[in-house]
Amino acid sequence: MTDFSNRQRVRSYYEANARYRIAHLLDAESFSEILGPTERFTSPHLEALGLPCAFDDGIVIGRGCLNGLPVLIASQEGGFMGGAVGEVHGAKLTGLLELAVIEKPAAVLLLLESGGVRLHEANAGLIAISEIIRALLVARNAGVPVIGLIGGVFGCFGGMGIVARCCNSLIINEEGRLGLSGPEVIETTMGVEELDASDRALVWRTVGGKHRFLLGEVQRLVEDDIAEFRQAVIETLAKTVQPLDLEALEREHLVLEQRLSNYGSCRDSSEIWRMIGFDDPLRLPLLDVQSFLHAAGSLDLEAS
Amino acid sequence: MKTKDLLDQLFPDGHSIETTADGLLSGYAQTAKGAIAVMGTTGHLALGVEAALSLAQFVLNVVKQSPGCPILMLVDTQGQRLSKRDELLGINGYLAHLVKCLELARIRGHQLLTLVYAEAVSGGFLAFGLMADEIHTLAEAKVRVMNLPAMARITKLPLEKLEELSAASPSFAPGVANFYQLGGLRSIWSPPLAAELLKALDRPPAGDCRREDGLTRQGRTLAGRVAQLVREA
Repeated sequence: MTDFSNRQRVRSYYEANARYRIAHLLDAESFSEILGPTERFTSPHLEALGLPCAFDDGIVIGRGCLNGLPVLIASQEGGFMGGAVGEVHGAKLTGLLELAVIEKPAAVLLLLESGGVRLHEANAGLIAISEIIRALLVARNAGVPVIGLIGGVFGCFGGMGIVARCCNSLIINEEGRLGLSGPEVIETTMGVEELDASDRALVWRTVGGKHRFLLGEVQRLVEDDIAEFRQAVIETLAKTVQPLDLEALEREHLVLEQRLSNYGSCRDSSEIWRMIGFDDPLRLPLLDVQSFLHAAGSLDLEAS
Repeated sequence: MKTKDLLDQLFPDGHSIETTADGLLSGYAQTAKGAIAVMGTTGHLALGVEAALSLAQFVLNVVKQSPGCPILMLVDTQGQRLSKRDELLGINGYLAHLVKCLELARIRGHQLLTLVYAEAVSGGFLAFGLMADEIHTLAEAKVRVMNLPAMARITKLPLEKLEELSAASPSFAPGVANFYQLGGLRSIWSPPLAAELLKALDRPPAGDCRREDGLTRQGRTLAGRVAQLVREA
């Protein structure tokens, strides 16, 4: 019989809420929240619609330590309107990124779980995401690395999918999904022939963690365990921060051009995986993360 | 307004802007303040991976070949292209690349201006137009995230309720006036457009002041205060 007695309890990132993720990602008892629920900054727009509000407007922000290093952290709560960004939610995140320019922490950690703009306050949400993007890039230019973590139930879509790819580095689990237009939005607008949002296997292999990792859209793929995310953040922090300069963007440009020319005619991720070098691409979704990374490690993946 | 008429009105001193069949425009124009680089979209373009790469390439070229040259973005987009193929290729990464190229231009001293002359919608707008130091619009332009019927479907709120509330709140009803009130637009341009452009080129970039504009105009009263409280925490 297998002995599980020495095995640490696995804390699922996917199933956790925003506060639980922070509590177990950071050093124990190190988190102090900024503008927490007791301050009661709620959405005036939801109130006008007679809809329930959250006292934190669906995002937890604050300071903490990770492996002894000071960090600023934000965690979107998928349980409140799918983590969607409204005026207050967005302003908390923008303010945190502006605080990073003043404080120069070792990093800003963004635990992203969001469908993008909160439609109930759509205009304010769209402008808010644009403000987040600008503040994020200013923080990066000030030398503060921004690291994104993705792995919640609602994935990371809409404008927040753009925000994610503005980060220095991304860490994802297999359950994590990253894209621009959510599958439901594509199906509703373009029809089920374009994308069947109820086909979970199709959705996962199109926007899921493994595909994103193979494309080079994310830097790390980890097991669905908060401790694994923590370890990956620690390892990411140990690396040299790449500045956002002309050389880096010309390199990224080449990578994206190459991807488009290599895979632009593929209709399914399995075709891409075969071209990358997997003889049996349909087996990939079945592999556990360890075996998957082992298989991927023997291939020459696109550098990002 | 037709693209050709727009360009003629904006640049009476002449320009060498080319429009392509796939809905992009790019080139340089002469103004009384010197040459400026111009890039944008036409025909309500749905912004996909190819267009994002082309626009990013233009920005990188301007940065390399014309140091400090102001960049004017002319926006007419119905939003991001909705397709399985774009998602498969990681379209959010392509749009983020364009965003980062524009930030690089700003860092290196290029003034960034936007004029929304037809449509500006969600992801397509986020990827370039919304990155400007100042975002201006024509009065007849259409700015939105989603139309009300689609919004009603997704939020599961009755259309009548949304129509009723959109009259009272600028935060979810489409329209230039609402975006202006929220601080999302700096000003609404009226003819002669060339004069408006010269005035904008004369103002030095002052950082992201959309929250302040939103407060002054009483459309977005909390954003500035919340961010300030966080900065001071």
